[in-house]
Amino acid sequence: MKPSLKLLDYSILQQCMHCGMCLPACPTYVATNKERHSPRGRISLMRAVADGELKLSPAFADEMSYCLGCLACQTACPAGVDYSNLLETARAEVQSAGLNQTFTSRFWRTVTIRGLFMRPRLLRFVGRLLWLYQRLGLQTAFRKIGLTKLLPQDLRRLEPQCPTIATKFSPQLIRPVESPAKKNHRVALLTGCVQDLVFADINRDTADVLLANGCEVHTPPVQPCCGSLHAHNGEADAAKMLAKRVMDLFPPSQFDAIITNAGGCGNHLRHYGALLADDAIYGPLAKLWDTKLRDIHEWMMEHGCRAPRAGLGDLTVTYHDSCHLTHGQKVTKQPRDLLNLIPGIRLVELPEANWCCGSAGIYNITQPEQSEQLLVRKVGHVIGTGASVLATANPGCHLQIARGLRQAGSPITLLQPVTLLARAYRAEAKMKDGR
Amino acid sequence: MGEAHVLTSAEDTIPYGFDGTAALKGPVGVVVLPGSTAEVSAVVKLACELNVTIVTRGSGTGLSGGSVPSAGCLVLCLTRLDRILAVDAANLTVRAQCGAITAAIDAAANKHGLFYPPDPGSMKISTIGGNVAENSGGLRGLKYGVTRDYVMGLEVVLPDGRIAHFGNACVKDVAGYSMKDLFIGSEGTLGIITEVLLKVLPRPAARRTMLASYDRMEDAAQTVSDIIAAKIIPCTLEFLDRMTIGCVEDYAKIGLPRDCEALLLMETDGHPAAVADEAEQMLALARARGARDVRVARDDAEALQLASARRSAFSALARVRPTTILEDVTVPRDKLAEMVSFVAEVAKKHKLLVGTFGHMGDGNLHPTFLTDERNADEMARVHEALEEIVTKTLALGGTITGEHGVGLAKKAWLRRQVGENSHDLMREIKGAWDPRNLLNPGKIFD
Repeated sequence: MKPSLKLLDYSILQQCMHCGMCLPACPTYVATNKERHSPRGRISLMRAVADGELKLSPAFADEMSYCLGCLACQTACPAGVDYSNLLETARAEVQSAGLNQTFTSRFWRTVTIRGLFMRPRLLRFVGRLLWLYQRLGLQTAFRKIGLTKLLPQDLRRLEPQCPTIATKFSPQLIRPVESPAKKNHRVALLTGCVQDLVFADINRDTADVLLANGCEVHTPPVQPCCGSLHAHNGEADAAKMLAKRVMDLFPPSQFDAIITNAGGCGNHLRHYGALLADDAIYGPLAKLWDTKLRDIHEWMMEHGCRAPRAGLGDLTVTYHDSCHLTHGQKVTKQPRDLLNLIPGIRLVELPEANWCCGSAGIYNITQPEQSEQLLVRKVGHVIGTGASVLATANPGCHLQIARGLRQAGSPITLLQPVTLLARAYRAEAKMKDGR
Repeated sequence: MGEAHVLTSAEDTIPYGFDGTAALKGPVGVVVLPGSTAEVSAVVKLACELNVTIVTRGSGTGLSGGSVPSAGCLVLCLTRLDRILAVDAANLTVRAQCGAITAAIDAAANKHGLFYPPDPGSMKISTIGGNVAENSGGLRGLKYGVTRDYVMGLEVVLPDGRIAHFGNACVKDVAGYSMKDLFIGSEGTLGIITEVLLKVLPRPAARRTMLASYDRMEDAAQTVSDIIAAKIIPCTLEFLDRMTIGCVEDYAKIGLPRDCEALLLMETDGHPAAVADEAEQMLALARARGARDVRVARDDAEALQLASARRSAFSALARVRPTTILEDVTVPRDKLAEMVSFVAEVAKKHKLLVGTFGHMGDGNLHPTFLTDERNADEMARVHEALEEIVTKTLALGGTITGEHGVGLAKKAWLRRQVGENSHDLMREIKGAWDPRNLLNPGKIFD
């Protein structure tokens, strides 16, 4: 059955009483002052579609794509509207109606969402090729002699944004099972897709933090994509298939917790229960899965994360909330608490810390202008804090803001909270060895 | 004006078909977003020429359907006129365009050690022009009054497109009729407010916020009477009933007690010594009336959290059922307890779910029916219940609307409240002013 607004439980649409409390929280409304670019405006369009008053149109499709999906409206909404569900349904309907697709957009969609992100080994292989291209100096050379100009327009725009691929991927850094001296918990570690290709070292840091707190860490070397990209972009069937593969690899009953360190993935991962509600076999399993899924910061603070005895010197740090970690997963306090455990760190609050940075999944690719505006706004606030380190916990935000800081010529370093904590534990170990 | 500011496609206009009022919407043909008073005037002149009616809106957070479009109208959306023009600390005034956000005006005043007292629930997004047009209230009405008490001057585009100015920065001014007062609360039927001159006050040096929980609503109401009898005028005395407490707590998660029948949120502000003394007395009075638990907010952050939670009450109640019908009846303060228990009886009699909250200090309560607009039978019972509540309100010497306006939602009862002659006079004024009925037709009266 194709997802559709008409078939959706109507009370989810009715839940919005259009009071307008979401308007000041919505980055696209604040940027444009137009109701259709607001959460309640979009919901009114969805309801018009469900009521048969509005036909699915390219303009409707545009609007669904213009939404960041940052879910700031869900935090602001006193009525508890399930906007995420509405948006995914609307996008899936747009997708299956084949609206608004050019040949190139369809091509890239097929290559990425239906191709690479369905096949983890292929994704790593392509990642390795990219790494070679970057490592062998080809990137610099091509750019210099203007060869990149031969790329199709879409790729040419994206080429400078391409993140630097890591030298080693997660399996080269983390053994399938690693045990602490004293084991209190048995946990699984999800290594992610972008996180694995670009930030495999952050996965290592995550494992180290878990080990330092008595967790036996299980990290299978080949892991499927969690399907978040697919669900957010209207590919419901693929999302379901991937969710099943993930659960096959990590039977939830075997672990005390399943740990994710990417905000965007985490928000999708903890809702497998809803995604597979209609599935007789996987439905009940997914329910159990949801109870085991934990963001790394959440898990650490839940079990009394051990404060390191050494720090990294005096550091002024500020923290940017990834949308899906704060608005989706409601994990807001824990990353800050975790940072405050590290000796020498002074945490200063970032103005508009939970305002989207414009990365928003593939939004920086699909809506480059609005994405850039949000990035400039974010970077301005970050620089204004006077901090020397910006901490954030999502690979998308990490890449986006790091690029923004580079563009602005700022020396601020971008690190993830787990990295800072892992480094503090290492400093502690060194101190002990020194004695 | 530029094509970008004239919206005609269905995808652009459907989202302007409603305001914050449940179960009301209207068809939109065109939305115009002018960028200056001159453009507003030009649009009105053009509409006048073409005989097109105009429905004006700001952020669309109204709660009586005042800015719900009517058939064939032009929607004039003024959110682009959002500049705060000047804060005059010497004369204690702020000048702002009509689309300026209420909270932004307060924040601008704050920078000069001043504040703008009216604080409607939607202040984070409501526009000042809308506040003036609806004469909005807020949580501080008891001590500080409502929007009307802070409007010193207005710039208004008249129904024929002329631009007129009323009032000034003088505290005293008795030159001619007080025309600005006619526009305050006129709900977009007499003119289009484009600029406002507001009175602001020095920020109180101290403030204390307290929370008392009760097993009986009557005890909360009686505490309020005791406080007033003790010659204390706190800035805020808000109450939530059990249903509302549960919904607000589901949203805000700030540890409100779910098992009590009434919560009383109290706040006093002013000179630190006076605040300390009044807070002590209020706490003692609450305890003497059998409050189960009384506590003082730890700091400004917690005080703000409590006030924000209270502000979210109406929207939070929407969690329970698909449709949320909000009322705004107001009775003389000493009749409030009687009115609250009457609402509970009526809901029970008609087998309806109701959450009641509101401003205990000024007699303004918001009984909110939690229902489903698609259930015709239940909606009929809601209307019967509303009818009984209005009848009781008027019998107690109250008003059908304390702060939301008449709009579409309450016009059926206006004549009953104000009487034939007064109602006729209102219509005569409207007829003389806007003989072709071009501005917000069908609002306040048919």
